[in-house]
Amino acid sequence: MSRTWVTPGGVHPPENKHQSVTQPIGQLPIPEKLIIPLSQHIGAPAIPCVEMGQQVLKGQVIAQAAGMVSIPMHAPSSGTISAIEHRPIAHASGMLAPCIEITTDGADTWIEHEGISDYEHISPRKLIEMIGNAGISGMGGAGFPSAVKLNPGRQRPIDTLIVNATECEPYITADDSAIRERAGEIVEGIKILSAILDHPHHIMIGIEDNKPEAIEALAPHVEGTGISVVVFPTKYPSGGEKQLIYILTGRELPAGKLPADEGMVCINIGTTYAIKRAVIDGEPLISRVTTVTGDAVGTPRNYDTLIGTPVRHLLEHNQFNEQAGGRVVMGGPMMGFTLPSADVPIVKTTNCILAPSYAEIPDDEPAQPCIRCGMCAEACPVSLLPQQLFWYAQAQEHDRLEAHNLFDCIECGACSYVCPSNIPLVQYYRAAKGEIRQAREEKVKSDHARDRFEFHKERIEQAEREKEAKRAARREATQQAKADHAAAANGSAVPSAAPAGTVPSSSAADIIAAAQARAAAKQASPEDQRAKLERTIASAEQRLKMAEEKLAEAINDDSGKQDKLSAAVENTRQKLEQSKSKLAELAE
Amino acid sequence: MAFKQVSSPHAHAAQNTAQVMKLVLLATIPGLVALTWQFGWGSFINVVLASVTAVCCEAAIVKMRGRSISFYLGDYSAVVTAVLLGLALPPLTPWWIVVVGTVSSIVVAKQLYGGLGYNPFNPAMVGYVVLLISFPIQMTTWVAPLALLPAGTAHPGLMESLQIVFAGYSPADGVTGATPLDVFKHSSGLLVDQVYDREPLFNQAMFAGAGWEWVNLGFLLGGIVLLTQRIFTWHGPVGMLGALALMSIIFWDSGSSSSPGSPLMHLFSGASMMGAFFILTDPVSSAVSNRGRLIFGILIGILVYVIRAWGNYPDAVAFAVLIANFAAPFIDNYTLPRTYGHTDRRRATEKEEG
Repeated sequence: MSRTWVTPGGVHPPENKHQSVTQPIGQLPIPEKLIIPLSQHIGAPAIPCVEMGQQVLKGQVIAQAAGMVSIPMHAPSSGTISAIEHRPIAHASGMLAPCIEITTDGADTWIEHEGISDYEHISPRKLIEMIGNAGISGMGGAGFPSAVKLNPGRQRPIDTLIVNATECEPYITADDSAIRERAGEIVEGIKILSAILDHPHHIMIGIEDNKPEAIEALAPHVEGTGISVVVFPTKYPSGGEKQLIYILTGRELPAGKLPADEGMVCINIGTTYAIKRAVIDGEPLISRVTTVTGDAVGTPRNYDTLIGTPVRHLLEHNQFNEQAGGRVVMGGPMMGFTLPSADVPIVKTTNCILAPSYAEIPDDEPAQPCIRCGMCAEACPVSLLPQQLFWYAQAQEHDRLEAHNLFDCIECGACSYVCPSNIPLVQYYRAAKGEIRQAREEKVKSDHARDRFEFHKERIEQAEREKEAKRAARREATQQAKADHAAAANGSAVPSAAPAGTVPSSSAADIIAAAQARAAAKQASPEDQRAKLERTIASAEQRLKMAEEKLAEAINDDSGKQDKLSAAVENTRQKLEQSKSKLAELAE
Repeated sequence: MAFKQVSSPHAHAAQNTAQVMKLVLLATIPGLVALTWQFGWGSFINVVLASVTAVCCEAAIVKMRGRSISFYLGDYSAVVTAVLLGLALPPLTPWWIVVVGTVSSIVVAKQLYGGLGYNPFNPAMVGYVVLLISFPIQMTTWVAPLALLPAGTAHPGLMESLQIVFAGYSPADGVTGATPLDVFKHSSGLLVDQVYDREPLFNQAMFAGAGWEWVNLGFLLGGIVLLTQRIFTWHGPVGMLGALALMSIIFWDSGSSSSPGSPLMHLFSGASMMGAFFILTDPVSSAVSNRGRLIFGILIGILVYVIRAWGNYPDAVAFAVLIANFAAPFIDNYTLPRTYGHTDRRRATEKEEG
C-alpha cells in the first residue's frame, strides 16, 4: 500500500452514509419537463442553438460552448423546446439564470451517436475534443470544464493523475455506489485519461477507508494497469483538491497555483465515468448519479438522474415529507446550500439532495460570543486562525484579514462545525471575501477616476496656458499697432506689417461684422431647416429599426446585452420624437 | 414548496460553550476536594459565596445592558470565574473579601469590557490582584494544612467556618499558618536541607509541601482530564510548567541558603498547577495560536519564578498571568501558523504588497 500523509485539522461528523447504499442505483421515470441551465460549470454560459417549439432528440446539442472555457449542453431526453428563459437554479444566492426547458415526449429517442473503442490509437487532441463536445465538466463540485483541464498547453508534463473518490462529505454516496456498480467503466475512463496525458508516472485513486465495498470493486479492474487504489483514514475534508494532493503525495499546492502547474491532474471519479461514456459510447453527459437522502425522504438511495430533472421530481418519487424538515440541501451537510424551492433542476455537479428532518439537522441555535477557545483552529485543514478571522471580519479589517490568509479558506465548514458558540463562521468569511473583492474593484475604479480627473485638470491647465499665451501675443500686437498709429499720425513712418496671426486693431469693426455674418448664416432659411429635420428623422427611423432588430436578436439568444440594447432603442426613439415635434413646430 | 434558507455547514458538533464551561467546573472538583480535605471548609464556602455573588452581578449587568439574562447566564462563564477565584482565595477569609473580589472580577474585569469574550485580562486574576493589593493581611493569612494542626485539634466544622467567615469569629489558635512559598521567602540564611529539616511544612510532606502537594495533584488531575477532552491544547500548561521547572533547576544553586527552592516544590506549591491548567488556559485573554500559547505559557512560567524568587510576593501566578495578558496581542502578531500552500508564516499586521 502506498504511503499517505496526514493533513492538519479536520473533523469527524457522523457519516450517515449507510442509509443510502442499501439499494442499487435506481432509475426514475422521465420527468415531464427538463430544465437545462446554460451555466452549470465554471466559465462562459453556453449559447442556445435551438428555437422555441423545435423537436430535439436525446443527446442533441441544444446549446453551444461559448469560447474556450465553456461546455455545450445536450438534451437529456427527446422532446420539444418549450421555454428559453430565466429560471431559479441551483446557486447559493437563489438567483435566476437562463435555462432551456424541454417538454419530454416520453419516447427517449437517441440522436445518432457513435463512440470509438481503440482510443489508444487516437490523438489526445481528438480525445480531448470528444470530451469537450460531450459537455463534460468536473462532477465533484466546482464544475471546471474537463477538456480545459486536460489541454496540453501547459508548461510541464503531467506526472501524476489523481482520481478523487474521497467523497468525504457525510450522507453522500453517489461516487461510492457508482464505483460499486460501474468500477469497470470507471477504470476504463481512467485509462482514457492516462492515454490523453501520455501515461503519467503515478495514477492514484484516492479513497477513504469507509468505502470497503467500493475499494473491493475496484481491485480486480486496476490489477496490472499501474493504477493504484490509495486508501486513507476517513476525515472531513480529505476530498478537497488541495487536501487530497497532500494526502497522496505529501506535496502542498502552492497558493495561487493549479495542480497542472505542479505536474498534476486531479479529477473526480464520477467524471471519469462520464469520460468513458463520451469516448467509448459517444454519449454526452446527460445524466449523473445523485444521492437522495435524509430522514425527510422515504427511501434514501441513489438515482441515475437526468440532468435538468427538477428536484421536485426526485422528492415526489421518494415520498418526501415536507413537514418533517425545514430545509432541502443540494450537496452535503458541510458545504451544500439550501434550495429556494423544489423547482430547481439537477445539474452536472449535483451529487446529493439532502432532505433532513428537524431531528437530524435542527434549526441553528443563536450564536454566543466567541471565547477564542481555538477549537476552530484545531479543526482548520489549512492552518488558519478562524477565530481571528472572525474578529477581523466583524470589524471589517481587510488588511488583517488578508494577512491572516482569508483567501486560502476553502469554506469547508469544519470551523463552524466545531464552534461551541454556534457562530456561523463560514458565512462571515464569505461575506468578508465579497467585501474585499468589491473594495478591490472600487479601488481600481477610483484609481481610474483619479487618473482621469488629473488628466482633465492637466488638459484644462494646458488650454489655459495656451489662451494666456495668445492673449499676451494679442496684447503685444495691440501695443505695436498703437505705436504704429502714433508713428503714422506723426507722419514719420509708414505703417508696419502686423505680426503674423494677429489682426490690427483698426479692423475691429470688420471682425464684429464677420461674426454677425456667421451667426446669420447659422440661422438657415425655414426651408433648409425643414429639409435638415426631415433628413434627421429619416436616419433616426432607420437607426431605430436596426436597434430593434438587434434587441430582438439579443433576447432570442440571450447574450446578456438586452438591457443595453433596449436602452439604446429607447434613446433613439426619444430623439426621433423630438425631431418630429420640432418639425411640427416649424410647420405651424 | 418554499424551503428554509440557511448557510452551510448544516451539521454541527454537539458540544456548546455551556458544556465546555461545565466540564471545566467538573474538572475543578479534585482540587476543591483536596483543598477541603487539607484546609477545611473555607475554600468550599469561598466557592459557593463567590458563585452566588457572580451570578447576581452578571444578571444585574446583563439586565442593565438590556440583554436576555437566561441566555447569558446559561453559558456558565460567570460561575467558572467565581469558582476559580474562590479556589484561589485563602480559606476562612471574611465574606466581604470574597464579595469584593467577585464584583471586581465580574463587573469590572469582565462586563465593563463587554462581557464574555471581550475581556483582555483574566477576570478571576484581576479580582485576586485587587484583593491582594488592597487587603494584604487577609489575603496572606492561610489555614494550616491537616498535618500541621496542633495535636488534638481539627479544622473548624462547617457551622464554625460559616461563623468565622460571616460573623468575624476568630479561628482557634494554630489553625492559621504560613505556606511553603512564604517559608522560603523568609528563610534566608538557611540551607534548603536545613529548611526542610526544621519546617514541619516540609518534614511532614511527601515531596513538596504538606497539604499543598495534594491540592496541586488535584488540579493536575483535573487539568489532565480537560486536556484529554480537548478543551485546550497542551501548549500553555506545558510551556508554563516547563519554564518554571527549568528556571528552578537553573537557579537551584545546589540547595544553598540563597536557593529559591527545588523544582518539585515550585511545581507543586502555591497556584502552580491551578494556574497552569485553569488560569492561563482561559482562551479569551491568552494568545490564540498554538505557538502563541506555548510562548504565553513560557512567559508566565518565567515570570512566576522571577517574582517568587526575587519579588515581594511569595506567589506570583496572578501577576504573571496579568502581565502575560498584556503581551498576548503582541505574541499573536508574530505567531500566525503557516497556512497550506504558503512557504512562510506571516505577521498579523502585515500589509499586502503594492
